[in-house]
Amino acid sequence: MNSLVFIPILLTAFFGLFMAAKGVDPGMTLHGGLFLVAAVLAGFSVMGRNAVDKGQPVPELNANGSVNYNIDIVRAGVIASVFWGVVGFSMGLVIALQMAFPVLNFDLPWTNFGRLRPVHTSAVIFAFGGNVLISTSFHVVQRTCRARLAGKWSPWFIFWGFQLFILLAATGYVLGVTQSKEYAEPEWYTDIWLTIVWVVYLLVFLATLNKRKEKHIYVANWFYLAFILTIAMLHIMNNLAVPVSFTGTKSYSLFAGVQDALIQWWYGHNAVGFFLTAGFLGIMYYFIPKQINRPVYSYRLSIVHFWSLIFLYIWAGPHHLYYTALPEWAQTLGMTFSVMLWMPSWGGMINGLMTLSGAWDKLRTDPIIRMLVASVAFYGMSTFEGPLMAVKSVNALSHYTDWTVGHVHSGALGWVGFVSFGAIYFLAPIVWKRERLYSLKLVSLHFWVATIGIVLYITSMWVSGILQGLMWRAYDKLGFLEYSFAETVAAMNPFYIIRALGGGLFVLGSLIMAYNVWRTARGDLRDEASPAEAVPAPSNA
Amino acid sequence: MFDHSKVEKNSLLMVVLILIVVSIGGLIEIVPLFFLESTIEKVSGVRPYTPLELAGRNIYIREGCYNCHSQMIRPFRDEQERYGNYSLAAESMYDHPFQWGSKRTGPDLARVGGKYSDEWQVNHLKAPRSVVPESIMPGYAFLAKTRLQTDRIAEDLKANVTIGVPYSEDMIKNAEADMLAQLDADSDGVDALQERYPGATARNYDGQPEQTEMDALIAYLQVLGTMVDFSSFKAEGDNLR
Repeated sequence: MNSLVFIPILLTAFFGLFMAAKGVDPGMTLHGGLFLVAAVLAGFSVMGRNAVDKGQPVPELNANGSVNYNIDIVRAGVIASVFWGVVGFSMGLVIALQMAFPVLNFDLPWTNFGRLRPVHTSAVIFAFGGNVLISTSFHVVQRTCRARLAGKWSPWFIFWGFQLFILLAATGYVLGVTQSKEYAEPEWYTDIWLTIVWVVYLLVFLATLNKRKEKHIYVANWFYLAFILTIAMLHIMNNLAVPVSFTGTKSYSLFAGVQDALIQWWYGHNAVGFFLTAGFLGIMYYFIPKQINRPVYSYRLSIVHFWSLIFLYIWAGPHHLYYTALPEWAQTLGMTFSVMLWMPSWGGMINGLMTLSGAWDKLRTDPIIRMLVASVAFYGMSTFEGPLMAVKSVNALSHYTDWTVGHVHSGALGWVGFVSFGAIYFLAPIVWKRERLYSLKLVSLHFWVATIGIVLYITSMWVSGILQGLMWRAYDKLGFLEYSFAETVAAMNPFYIIRALGGGLFVLGSLIMAYNVWRTARGDLRDEASPAEAVPAPSNA
Repeated sequence: MFDHSKVEKNSLLMVVLILIVVSIGGLIEIVPLFFLESTIEKVSGVRPYTPLELAGRNIYIREGCYNCHSQMIRPFRDEQERYGNYSLAAESMYDHPFQWGSKRTGPDLARVGGKYSDEWQVNHLKAPRSVVPESIMPGYAFLAKTRLQTDRIAEDLKANVTIGVPYSEDMIKNAEADMLAQLDADSDGVDALQERYPGATARNYDGQPEQTEMDALIAYLQVLGTMVDFSSFKAEGDNLR
């Protein structure tokens, strides 16, 4: 059985060699080389492991009868999440500074904003978010099924295959290899590679569910499953394209104009809905109850939340295309469903928040809980702002402005960021088998630094977005447009500086987390009073 | 009453139900766009890009211009006064992929064609703040130093044919010749180019003797939004199917 694993490795090496040797552009040559190097490294590590364990299957149970969970893969995912988080947030800071100080573009091909912005978005969504989702889903599915993760090699293929996808995407953008579809920029061969990785991910997840010792599939897994399935559907449809040749990076999208636009935003909006929402709701449904040590508030609400959320989300794409050449009926459907989407979103928020009922004091004493709860609060806020901005008359003002950017970041930094940080802090002592985190005080510091950063970010973008929208449509007394476009750009400058400051604080917070996780991995424990003792007991007198 | 625990105990059933539930919205919203004739207006003038314009468009995509510039004018008074007639679906019917954009850090470019001289475009692309002091755009002086690749453009046209762009065999055969002809107003190939691509203009776009990527990008920018003649276009008239 173990020798079969060399077949895909050899195939990858062969394709890599072909791409590197025959590539007609530098991107193809480099990426062929990356495939080849990855295959060689995979070959050596498989041989190395076979030499150690003589090709024996991994036992399902430990000697003492407990489940032999695959912790190694979760640990790797935690490391990758922290690493890509710091990289992705820093890239965001770089491009934020470029908007405040354009000289930082350096006017080179590889450093201009247009090429670096996808590096930031892909690094935070796919590299950071993707690694968080893969590693937490592997942890959650094992624990809630009380079964070891299926497969000996496949989980590692998923992990390293996904890192290779990130590397292919990011190096491609810097070289100008892009399809120009937002959040789906990687070219055709990288898309095929991700499809293979994703199918294996689905199979490992399903195979683990099938091994479960629990009768019921836990609610967090429903969300993970919907996330994996729907992302596969969206990714494949939106990336259908015809390569110019098999030896070049360039391809042309199968769709054009108005159809292409709707398929892109059907994808784009549901990358938010299923990658950044459904997947992370899986995290909420497992880690919040675990950290508080209380069951989810309402089982019935979980069911309603799940099915209504995944049904409604998929319709909301057209709200990115109001007043465009997209037919009116599609815009109306998009608006209707976007407004309706408010309900399941808040149902989920209530289910998460109310899980704390009876344990609200932990907000003071447990900074990890504080982080998780703040994330759900941000989720509630941005899922209220979203339907508001999806009202056509509001969107007429907000579209094309920084308000959209602010909205995305209140969700991305507040919700996705904080729920991920909470999960990482929860997992770090488990995957390194430590008594506790190195320091809870540092978690608290991270929380406040990042929260101030988010507030600066979203408030500056609200002001700049609404200001720019109003300036664009302002008329003077004689009935002429009051401002030239260039004047509106100049007016944005102070807000771009404040935004960069906020982003800088968020990066600083992630560095505090990286330090804390690193010290935890080393086995250090900071000598500090537990926050529970530090807070004076409430007087009941 | 339906018992949800059935779904919770059967992962395959759950997979099937999820797939059904998440497919409905997309099917209802997207599929009709391919069949309803009213989706794309019938207008005259929209033609496939010339090989040079297509190469320029690929540079526009490569540099990520869409990150800051939209190509979609909404039917508002201020937008139409600032940018021109609102955009029609027909105007991007050969755009694989579309470039409508989502953010206006810079102005909309749907009708930038002919608004500025080639010389202005060269100066602006090389050093944006030399002509627009408030601009925060990166400089693209390297495009004027990068030689334009002309020998593989026929392959690009062929790929476009497979996805429905009506390039003729004649156009594919003469792709490279058309590209070179469009860069030289005095060349013999200009008449043939304009016969194949009505309204295409041939000139040395960047003012340098070499054929550069700057030439191609400006040729693309100068054709944007110019194909439909809006002096004769009426939204209610014969143009609408």
